[in-house]
Amino acid sequence: MSEATPILEARSLVKILGGNRVLENVSLDIGRGRVKVLIGPSGAGKSTLLQCLNFLIPPDSGHILLEGREVEKTSKRELCAFRQQVGMIFQDFNLFDHLSALENVRVALMKVKGMSKLEATERAVAELKRVGLADKATLYPANLSGGQKQRVAIARALAMDPKVMLLDEPTSALDPELIGEVLTVIRDLAQAGMTMILATHQISFSASLADEFIFMERGRIVEQGSPADLLARGAQSRTQAFCSKISELTGESGQSGQSGESGQSGESGQSGESGKAGAERRL
Amino acid sequence: MDFSVAFNAARESLPYMLGGVGWTAGLIIGAMLLGLTLGVPLAVTQVYGPRPLRRMVAVYVWLFRGIPILVQLYIFYFGLLAWLSSLPGLTGIGLDSPFTAAVASLGLTSSAYQSQIFRGAIQSLPAGQLKAARALGMTDAQAIRSIILPQALRLAIPAWSNEYSILLKDSALAFTIGVVEIMARMRSIASTTHEPVSMSFVAGIIFFALTWIGVKGLTLLENKVRIAGYTRQGAV
Amino acid sequence: MSMPYLEFLRGELGPGLLDGLWVSLVVIAPSALLGGLIGLTAGVLRVYGPRPVRWLTECYVSLFRGTPLVVQVFFWYFALPYIRVGGHGIVLDPIPAAILSFALCSGAYQSEYIRGGLNSIKRGQIRAALALGMTTRQAVTSVVLPQAFRRALPGCGNEIIYLIKYSSLASIITVNELTGTATTIAKNSWRNIEVFCTLGVFYLLLVTVATGLLRLLENSLSVPGFERPQS
Ligand SMILES: Nc1ncnc2c1ncn2[C@@H]1O[C@H](COP(=O)(O)OP(=O)(O)O)[C@@H](O)[C@H]1O
Ligand SMILES: [Mg+2]
Repeated sequence: MSEATPILEARSLVKILGGNRVLENVSLDIGRGRVKVLIGPSGAGKSTLLQCLNFLIPPDSGHILLEGREVEKTSKRELCAFRQQVGMIFQDFNLFDHLSALENVRVALMKVKGMSKLEATERAVAELKRVGLADKATLYPANLSGGQKQRVAIARALAMDPKVMLLDEPTSALDPELIGEVLTVIRDLAQAGMTMILATHQISFSASLADEFIFMERGRIVEQGSPADLLARGAQSRTQAFCSKISELTGESGQSGQSGESGQSGESGQSGESGKAGAERRL
Repeated sequence: MDFSVAFNAARESLPYMLGGVGWTAGLIIGAMLLGLTLGVPLAVTQVYGPRPLRRMVAVYVWLFRGIPILVQLYIFYFGLLAWLSSLPGLTGIGLDSPFTAAVASLGLTSSAYQSQIFRGAIQSLPAGQLKAARALGMTDAQAIRSIILPQALRLAIPAWSNEYSILLKDSALAFTIGVVEIMARMRSIASTTHEPVSMSFVAGIIFFALTWIGVKGLTLLENKVRIAGYTRQGAV
Repeated sequence: MSMPYLEFLRGELGPGLLDGLWVSLVVIAPSALLGGLIGLTAGVLRVYGPRPVRWLTECYVSLFRGTPLVVQVFFWYFALPYIRVGGHGIVLDPIPAAILSFALCSGAYQSEYIRGGLNSIKRGQIRAALALGMTTRQAVTSVVLPQAFRRALPGCGNEIIYLIKYSSLASIITVNELTGTATTIAKNSWRNIEVFCTLGVFYLLLVTVATGLLRLLENSLSVPGFERPQS
């Protein structure tokens, strides 16, 4: 495979839900080891886009290519094989409630990859250690904190050796003081060279990580470019306007630049901005 | 009514009546298992199956929930099974026994009710569970088997214990086709001793005790398979 | 051999079952009405009654829910005459015996739904009514009961469907309702499958029509926030 071939590519995705065009001709691609960040107001279609990328929501039209090969969505077997290579992290974790942390990480290794129990357990323990949860292996989801749940979910996805990870607002459902632990894991992943597409409202965190910001609104990609360009003082970009709105709400200082309009609350909701650890301010 | 006579009659009849418990237990266990093995796939079909199959399950449920159990006992015993066992190759394997007919009608009815219990339990699970399983590359069959059903079956246990007590009471109707369970024995002994009052009390107490034992047993099972901290109320 | 099914249905089975259907309705309607009244009373007593009354109604309910209906039918029809009060046994004809058993059993089940409905009404509702100067009785009858009744309706309706099906047990004590008639016809004609399957169709129609009517009733009483729970 040539250096230039993107790992994952989406061409002209269209999705219509309940009569409205939730995705309007969206195309994007991502190369190995890159991190792209989806931002945009709530309802912009970020979740829909991410779930279309691994066919959890089948797009109405468009193509998806993994390492240059189009995914044949009508073949169930190919679809399952494809999904194994694309890890997905959900906003609300979706840990399997009847399985312990260890079993959550192990179940797909055994059922999907056909590993032996011993092998799968070893791998699961290693992944839990990687996200700092080796000592919580026997706990059930109901007894884990939100941050711990999300880290188990990340371990569960990593155990499948995905080529690319899709993360849908992984910290939005977390209490502010728990956001840091998850962001740390994501940063480590990025530094280890994991390819990621991340939807988030954590602007400054993702700006330090992302190769590219993709700003979505009403089902379209409105702007894309390097965070530095888009957030530069006086860039006059939609991205910058949106981010400064969030920043105002969360009290973050930094790349926000002079804020254009104010007052209206951004749809950013729950996210307290934070860099490495902990929360700075609660909404 | 002379109480000491009644009491003695009741005491003397007890061993004979308790002899029916074996039959009653056999009926319930057979019917519950039949209901479970059919009810789970029916429920899965009704939730995840293609539309024509979903329709068919709905019709099945409508049929078995709409026809009284007594009528089903007659249909199976005097009709269907008698006819089936007259077919070549099917004679002499006990198809026409009252016990088979009773288990079949109780079990099929129960499968209709159980399918609705499991359907409710499956539908009460958050959609994210299936999504997460698919995202890991599981096929739908794998996801249903190892993610959905283990949770749904746990949620269904309280409703299952209700189903048990309904089956227990329905099983008393099997006397009409000649299964010598508790009710059948009660009737025959009441007519020979002329003590129907004490006999119906004895039978009532036995059924009462069986209800209690079964419900207690299922509560124990529920606690045994309970997942730490997992309390989703009002699921079914 | 024997005459074709349609002819049998038109000549013998149909008219017979229609007669039986009439008797079934004669058993079901009063049982349902009486059962509803008993259920309502028992349900209210279980929630608002004084302690001993509450305890007694609890006993009634668990006794009648914990034993098979067929045992209860047997008791009221065959055993009751043996209970001599002042030298007289109480002998009930088959139809009254059936109605009594069905009503008492159904009432026990109905009271469960009424109780559940009552308990689902928040304390604040009563307090608000009292704050307006209503007496407790007024608060219960004009605020709590109308709400509780709507909550209880789907369950109570279901119970009536059960009653329709279990009315077939009347045939055991020689009532010639649907099932009793069918049994007689089956014995005389030796056409078991046809007779009992047709009987099944009669019950299916009866149950389906009743379900539809109950749904209509529910819809006509429905108030936003009191919709039927998704079943
Ligand atoms: N099942 C659905 N039916 C109709 N509209 C939907 C459905 N799911 C999502 N939408 C709409 O699609 C749009 C995009 O939603 P989503 O992808 O969740 O946005 P985001 O993740 O950016 O907040 C929203 O306007 C939402 O209302
Ligand atoms: Mg979203």
